Amino acid sequence: MSFHPEMRYESGLHVSQREVRHEGEPFAFTPANRERLEQVAAHYPPEHRRSAVIPALYIVQEQQGYITASAIRHVAEIIGCTPAEVDDVVTYYAMFFREPVGKYVVQVCRTLSCALRGAERVTAEIEKQLGIKAGQTDPTGTFTLMEMECLGACDRAPVVMVNNDHWHECQSPEDAGRLLDALKAQGEAALSGCHLTVEKA
Amino acid sequence: MDPVLTSHVREPNGHTLGAYVARGGYDGLRKTLGLPPGQVIDMVKASGLRGRGGAGFPTGMKWGFVPKDSPKPKYLCCNADESEPGTFKDHVLMERNPHLLFEGCLIGCYAIGAKVAYIYIRGEFRHVMRVLEAEIEAARAAGYLGTNILGSGFDCEIYVHPGAGAYEAGEESALLESLEGKRAQPRLRPPFPAVVGLYGCPTIINNVETLCSVPLILTKGPEWFVSLGPEKNGGPKLYCISGHVEKPGVYEASMHVTMRELIYGFAGGIRGGRALKAIIPGGSSTPVILPDQIDAQASFDGLVKAGSMLGSAAIIVMDDTTCMVWAAENLLHFYRHESCGKCTPCREGTDWMLKILRRIERGEGSMRDIDLLNDVANNINGKTLCPFGDAAVAQVLSTIQHFRAEYEAHVREGRCTCPADWRVM
Repeated sequence: MSFHPEMRYESGLHVSQREVRHEGEPFAFTPANRERLEQVAAHYPPEHRRSAVIPALYIVQEQQGYITASAIRHVAEIIGCTPAEVDDVVTYYAMFFREPVGKYVVQVCRTLSCALRGAERVTAEIEKQLGIKAGQTDPTGTFTLMEMECLGACDRAPVVMVNNDHWHECQSPEDAGRLLDALKAQGEAALSGCHLTVEKA
Repeated sequence: MDPVLTSHVREPNGHTLGAYVARGGYDGLRKTLGLPPGQVIDMVKASGLRGRGGAGFPTGMKWGFVPKDSPKPKYLCCNADESEPGTFKDHVLMERNPHLLFEGCLIGCYAIGAKVAYIYIRGEFRHVMRVLEAEIEAARAAGYLGTNILGSGFDCEIYVHPGAGAYEAGEESALLESLEGKRAQPRLRPPFPAVVGLYGCPTIINNVETLCSVPLILTKGPEWFVSLGPEKNGGPKLYCISGHVEKPGVYEASMHVTMRELIYGFAGGIRGGRALKAIIPGGSSTPVILPDQIDAQASFDGLVKAGSMLGSAAIIVMDDTTCMVWAAENLLHFYRHESCGKCTPCREGTDWMLKILRRIERGEGSMRDIDLLNDVANNINGKTLCPFGDAAVAQVLSTIQHFRAEYEAHVREGRCTCPADWRVM
């Protein structure tokens, strides 16, 4: 019996998603990445190296695109904690991918300020152009489309973020379509960045 | 009021150390290093500075909670998670005025006896991290950071720590958990972080804008800070205005400013000259207010009088084309996604509320659903470890209170009664 008599617990949403589906290739940091990780780990007291788990997982993702069970064990060994503790982090945070993703991960902010300025139409246009739904990767492995929650760029809504880094702001459906075309034609050169970064020069 | 926090943010290279020092930067730190730490805390107390992250708790009082006789190391954490929907003020401060933040961190560390400050920044702000890291190096090279700062014998380091996409990490005890390399879930309090915080040590957590206000208090004096705003609401304040306005953006004003001045003055009024329907005044966690409250003072106390809260001063403006059931559903989707899962009422309740809202919005709901929604919301409100639960129900309860007729129309007509061309219907 749940705490509200008219509502039932269901299995769909909050089931434990602990298992990481992909074992993946045997993973080890490249020497350069290992060195970077040690530099970051030095920011924390030696007995609290676990603080470096999130930075370590970002480096994994940079190195092989997504996070596998093999990588989790390796991170645990390097950090000095258990694989379950690393898994706990991987399965909690939205920016870690547990499935292979496309070369360009296109995320459209869907929260209120962006939605009020037409984010739903931006997502619909990208879905139409790529022939996929949000949450899917196109058959060529070039694009993964996702909806994300508030990016904190509400004054430049709607906003699209590519590869967890590059922001494209004030996007109309047409702008988003042009961004896809430009990514296909020019690759990463098509990525601009937040307006503040651009204004800085 | 002339801007003081954002006065130079549009200047090319205004973010660099050279530009910052040229406009009097780090003078507050110099002054701090000549004072006993207790006197620095007293100055912040006298300024009446209230936390800019949402709760409005007096910063000086918070700093005073750190036990002076504790043998443990002490820590300062800057909360740069900036995840409250509608909020985008800390981004501009960090990217365009980073040394002001560093100076605030250093003064805070000196006051509480910390030697390390962590800036916990949301993972999506990667371009901001690059700026912060480069400017930290510049500050270290110039002797503002590291050992024996400015020859004073005071040692301090600032490190940037990335989050990875979790709204809950902005809650202070969850932030500490995340910084320790765990899931961002809140801790039971007491003990409060000022006594048992990061790694079990005394820790102060302050918002970016709060820390950026501190150097100004040192250089211009607490009396100046107090004099800027209404009683108990002193200092400069950044407002984030988004949604259906002509000129969305970050605007700096004193807290004498009214919602009308912000929306119709600074932000240029409602887009296309349409009519105002509702305002979320302080981020998605604060109850919606109606146009009849437009003359409310946009201060901590003024917005409480108007039936809401200043929160993170994130003003989301909705015009008459906005369906309030849809808006509540949109934000519930956010809260369901971001619920950390620790407390049952919030974990299950946000999912239930979203299901009910979806039914109503699609025209498949019943009149009983509206009361059920209210009932579930009231079973979450105040029943969770952290304020997330209260935040998650704010829009549901306030939209039902103010727009019940709209909910009923959805049920009666079996469709969304307020469609808009900027949505996908």
